[in-house]
Amino acid sequence: MSAVTKADPVKPAGSVGALAHRRPLGDRGFQILTLAAGMLVLVILVLIAVTTAQQSTAWFSTAGLSGIFSTNWDPTTNHYGALAFLYGTVISSVIALVIAVPVSVGVALLLNEVVPVRWSRPIVYVIDLLAVVPSVVWGLWGILVLVPWLNGVYRSIASGLNGVPVLGTLFGGPNSTGASFFTAGIILAIMITPIITSLSREVIATVPAIDKEGAYALGATRWEMIRGAVWPHSQGGVVGSVLVGLGRAMGETIAAALVIGNSAEITGHLFYSGYSIPAVIANQFGEATGGAFRGALIGLGLFLFVLTILVNLVARGIVERSARKMRGA
Amino acid sequence: MAVATNSAGRPVDLREPAGWRRTKNQIMTVLMWASFAVVLVPLAFVLVKVFAAGASAINWQFLTNSTIPPNVMPLGTGGMGPAVIGTLEITGFAALVAIPLGVLGAVYVNEYGGRGILGRLVAFMSDVMTGVPSIVMGLFIYTIWVLHFGYSGMAGSFALACLMLPVVIRSSFEMLRLVPDSLRQGSYALGATKARVTLTVVIPAAIGGIVSGALLAVARAAGETAPLLFTILTVEQTNSNLFSGPNTALSTQIFANATSPYVGAEARAWGAALTLIAIAFTLMIAARIVTARFTRYSR
Repeated sequence: MSAVTKADPVKPAGSVGALAHRRPLGDRGFQILTLAAGMLVLVILVLIAVTTAQQSTAWFSTAGLSGIFSTNWDPTTNHYGALAFLYGTVISSVIALVIAVPVSVGVALLLNEVVPVRWSRPIVYVIDLLAVVPSVVWGLWGILVLVPWLNGVYRSIASGLNGVPVLGTLFGGPNSTGASFFTAGIILAIMITPIITSLSREVIATVPAIDKEGAYALGATRWEMIRGAVWPHSQGGVVGSVLVGLGRAMGETIAAALVIGNSAEITGHLFYSGYSIPAVIANQFGEATGGAFRGALIGLGLFLFVLTILVNLVARGIVERSARKMRGA
Repeated sequence: MAVATNSAGRPVDLREPAGWRRTKNQIMTVLMWASFAVVLVPLAFVLVKVFAAGASAINWQFLTNSTIPPNVMPLGTGGMGPAVIGTLEITGFAALVAIPLGVLGAVYVNEYGGRGILGRLVAFMSDVMTGVPSIVMGLFIYTIWVLHFGYSGMAGSFALACLMLPVVIRSSFEMLRLVPDSLRQGSYALGATKARVTLTVVIPAAIGGIVSGALLAVARAAGETAPLLFTILTVEQTNSNLFSGPNTALSTQIFANATSPYVGAEARAWGAALTLIAIAFTLMIAARIVTARFTRYSR
């Protein structure tokens, strides 16, 4: 693609901007307009960081690093330690990934390597449908249908595993409501499956047909072809897609706020109620009238912003690089 | 004896017993289908539940009555009219702001910025921006707009527009990229300026894909809750003035009613959920129709 030179009247080949000064005003104005629209993305990203930082300086300066990374979140006594929320965000996102990644990669492989093209379209529609169901509807279904049902499931799992090493610590805890880290993980997994699937599908689609045919020619079965030809080519890009999914899971707000249980605790018991950063912002912002409280919540937002930006930078970098490697190959 | 190696140089042993290799292949194929089934299950459950519980709540009064009752009230009093109007207005205005800007941004990336550093940076950062959590956008508009100008439906629109912008840029860019260069060259040869070529040749050639991508972005934005929580507040009466005063939306109403212990509130939440899903799905189906009928260039 880069070998083809685009026709460009602004700088025709061989001229040194000879035509540039004759460009009509409207033409130049349009270019500036598009430039402004493009810059808007960068401006918004910078403004998000600046304005939220401004509004939350009080939290950072009064609480200090040790105050922020403490477990004491008690607005009535002006203690705003965010560690429990960070913990809940990480744990629920990791559970979501553990569930969503095999499923998403499985569907992506199914779409690319197993089903014929005319069948793949309805499957893509179904996955897209999953993405269009609003987060609050997943949350509503989660709290009114899934949570009561899971409560019984959790109880029986917990009673069976109580006392067993490792498993007992993770799943053996008693549970009172069914709203927990694990429930949040399940809902988040459902919500990030479409994005991981569609990104990995794009990556897997770039595997050169000649590699795949080569594997078949050597007598490989389809699965051996996937292991030998598809996977080595696309694993980088798939890792990138998984990271994009991780970013989504960390920032998902409403569904998590409804099903994670809303109690700021750090525990290894996955069936216990927890809390996550976006959930606490959504739930407590309305009652946060004091400057320090509000500042702490906006600071949590800034923290979440930085975290997801970092994850996405790495993720998109990986996807981009592996895509370029594919195209160059 | 041939030993196949994958591109990482590790040998792939093709000498396992043929029966086992075939079985393994079958197991893996079944697992791939199973993963699709795993995706279908929650989708089917949530859709069936929303349709079943929502259908019994929805009637004309529910959709149009101009007062949202307190959550202790049983179903049948009041309705979700203010939220329906709020969602349509707020999402509509967000689309009005974000789609033109997004398409212009995509034009910049594909037609002007191209392979330059700035163009690539904009393309890359709009990808990154799609990952910014929706609640952060809400906080952003709160700090930059609501603190100075107060709560309004428009503030909510801005938050949604921030979410939609990178998505629209991305999808429009993908479509503009598919327009063959020969079209541009032909138009330049006729003496058209670049702006004219872009507006009258390139964008019309890609319009099907651009519109369907934009519709999908709107469909997703219509269901967002988190960006609206701190920008529109929530009221119980219709506020048809988008530009001032607190407003309300279906999504925030669902959130408010979801945790309420009252039967009436729960039923209203399901009704609102069905309404919201109906709006989102309509937009999505519209996108599909546009894709099917008006796309000239596709991958």
